[in-house]
Amino acid sequence: MAAPSHAGHGHDPHLAHHFENPAQQSQAVRLGMWIFLATEVLFFGGLFVAYSVYRANNPEIFVFAHQFLDKNLGALNTVILICSSFTMAWAVRAAQLRQAGLLRLMLALTLLCAFGFLGVKAVEYHHKWEHGLLWARQYQPQVHAVGHDSGHGGTEGGAAAAVEPAPAVPDGDATTIPQAPEGPTGLAAAAAEPLPSGHVAAAEPRNAQVFFSIYFMMTGLHGIHVLGGMAVMAWLLVGSFRGAFTDGYFTPVDMTGLYWHLVDLIWIYLFLLLYLIH
Amino acid sequence: MAVDTSAAAAPAADLPGTGGPSYLDHPRGLGSWLFTLDHKRIGVMYLVAILTSFLLGGVFALLVRTELLTPGPTIMDADTYNKMFTLHGAVMVFLFIIPGIPAALGNFVLPLMLGAKDVALPRLNLASFYFWVAGAVFSLVSIVLGAVDTGWTFYTPYSTTTSSAVVSMTLGAFILGFSSIFTGLNFIVTIHTMRPEGMSWFKMPLFLWGLYSTAIIQVLATPVLGITLLLLAAERVLGIGIFDPALGGDPVLYQHFFWFYSHPAVYIMILPAMGIISEVVSVFSGKHIFGYRFIAASSVAIAVLSFLVWGHHMFTSGQSGLTNVIFSALTFSVAIPSAVKVFNWLATMYKGSIRLAAPMVYVLSFLFLFAIGGLTGLFLGALSTDIHLHDTYFVVAHFHYVMFGGTVIAFLGGIHYWWPKMFGRMYSEKWAAVAALLIFVGFNLTFFTQFVMGSHGMPRRYFNYLPEFTAYHQASTVGSYVLGLGFVVMAAYLLHSLVRGAKAPANPWGGATFEWETTSPPKPHNFDRELVAGDPYDLDALVWDAASGGYVRRDPAAIRVGG
Repeated sequence: MAAPSHAGHGHDPHLAHHFENPAQQSQAVRLGMWIFLATEVLFFGGLFVAYSVYRANNPEIFVFAHQFLDKNLGALNTVILICSSFTMAWAVRAAQLRQAGLLRLMLALTLLCAFGFLGVKAVEYHHKWEHGLLWARQYQPQVHAVGHDSGHGGTEGGAAAAVEPAPAVPDGDATTIPQAPEGPTGLAAAAAEPLPSGHVAAAEPRNAQVFFSIYFMMTGLHGIHVLGGMAVMAWLLVGSFRGAFTDGYFTPVDMTGLYWHLVDLIWIYLFLLLYLIH
Repeated sequence: MAVDTSAAAAPAADLPGTGGPSYLDHPRGLGSWLFTLDHKRIGVMYLVAILTSFLLGGVFALLVRTELLTPGPTIMDADTYNKMFTLHGAVMVFLFIIPGIPAALGNFVLPLMLGAKDVALPRLNLASFYFWVAGAVFSLVSIVLGAVDTGWTFYTPYSTTTSSAVVSMTLGAFILGFSSIFTGLNFIVTIHTMRPEGMSWFKMPLFLWGLYSTAIIQVLATPVLGITLLLLAAERVLGIGIFDPALGGDPVLYQHFFWFYSHPAVYIMILPAMGIISEVVSVFSGKHIFGYRFIAASSVAIAVLSFLVWGHHMFTSGQSGLTNVIFSALTFSVAIPSAVKVFNWLATMYKGSIRLAAPMVYVLSFLFLFAIGGLTGLFLGALSTDIHLHDTYFVVAHFHYVMFGGTVIAFLGGIHYWWPKMFGRMYSEKWAAVAALLIFVGFNLTFFTQFVMGSHGMPRRYFNYLPEFTAYHQASTVGSYVLGLGFVVMAAYLLHSLVRGAKAPANPWGGATFEWETTSPPKPHNFDRELVAGDPYDLDALVWDAASGGYVRRDPAAIRVGG
């Protein structure tokens, strides 16, 4: 980058030597960021496909299990993230206008929102942990669904927990594999059979643990992306206190903004798909 | 690589400023290589790393073939054999052939072909290399941890239940995926934003079209492999059960995810190879490439179609008949752009004045072997024959004809084509011909016999076999030794050329693309002047110059800015 031979060029300290002008550089970085965001969408896309396949084949699991998620906390987190997207966008604007103080304030607010989001998420995870509502192998539910009327069953160890079937042991001759080979099944003819009507959410369907596996994978991976974004924002904040982004060069703020909006957008889909199911 | 080439470049008349230090020896020192942002050095580091992986994967292959010399145990037990073929596959696919052409040759050549100083994002380029190193470490640590015995596809549910070191290997492949994504991203950005004046999309060298199409697949398919392998690792570590039938998961979903990446991945392997063929066939036929636009468009067509055919790996997995028919038909459609390319290359050669130098020998090998590999792919894409042939050595032979006969042969052609540019030295044509012949004969002996035994029902991946297959297996093993010998010869004369080879002129072959407009090896900043692109296959613009021993432009001013 900063090889001595072209230190003498000296017009724009932010212009790398292999670009002809700042416009070309900005265009290249921006295109690179958009392609990176496309790879992120495809990365999450695998999980969204897994979600779709299992929900199409076993809608009763999703209708039942989503009741254990706290819609209020989910909504709160959605609001927090949308606010953070707003402050992030404002931070980009501040950097464009070379308003150093406003930039610092907005970056700090965005970072604060991100902490808030993770705090709420931690509360939610803690509840799941306490009630044994974890991914498949660790799934040992201790409570009824929120909507149930039979009261909180004995959480005593020995007593039959309110929600019984031990997930890892398929009873009888029934298989836990979503129906395979004979005839058109799988992705081709998902959920051809009508559901047994009536008591859908009343009793726990088989394999409810699949929902929690998907829930933890999706929200966990999203949470890691939030953490990554926070690390970059902290770096921007430190930079802004050292006087960076006040000379009209705001590409790092801009790119972080794009990333942050994508993280926000993915959460909105997660909120809809995991919390708000009918 | 501490070859002293400071005086290597022949002072061609139209190259101002020759004689300065080349990228190989300026700046000096190990640190200047390890932390370099120069695309040429990163390309060379990739080349060394990738050829080392190729050697490793090749040793595993020879061990597998030696084991199969006789029925029953020959040199190892069955469990070791399972680990050997898994290592062979995983090392060759993830460490060697996917990064092979784009990251090593592409990195070196792409900015040169654009007349640029570097790729658009040099730091990301270096990061990509170190991601490759980290991924390689994770993958190879699995050997110490007990190796993996699942086959390179890591199919569930076996991969979630076996006691072997699946997590290390899959995390390695996950990290290698990022390396591949970063390379692809960089190439797309570079081609979009850094083309020189005069180089419209349809004036780009076809190698760049190949790299661009490859990059699209790298960027769009690899993330899906990433999430798949992450789910597989989470399955083993946490027990999330998404692919585990005992926990309510679906193992076939893994196959869909895996092939959604891994089928496009075979086009990541072959598309840049086809780009090399397009360059070399024109230069060594002394003729303008035939059907430029069709070759360019067929690269993109293959990239698009590659995303729509993954189901042909799963014809026997319980997919519905309708799904199978659709995937079969889409699979056939890939043959169209592939054939468009092959016929255009043949038409380029038609009535050309063909020079049988080493790169061209590999082009001819490629055409022969890729035709067989491609056409046998249609046997496997046809539902009825696939039921008979699936999971036999016929499949093994088919993909080796495409991957080795296609990609590796073209990679070798590319190495021989750009070797003088990369290192400033010529190699021995005589020994190059010997090596090419050994490789061609050895390859066909190894894998054609596998077509025959596969169609007779010999299943792939088996440790043991019936006595009637002995002759085929022995012929195949002997072939693999001949193949290995060919590579030993190649390694010997290439290494020899680094030290004792004749100095290479700037343009030894008469190519009209921009990488031949700089010294051999290039200077750290590639070009002393800005270039204006014209027709990259206008070979008549060049003329043999006996003084420099290479080709020079009749009118050097024609490609200079303002010239």
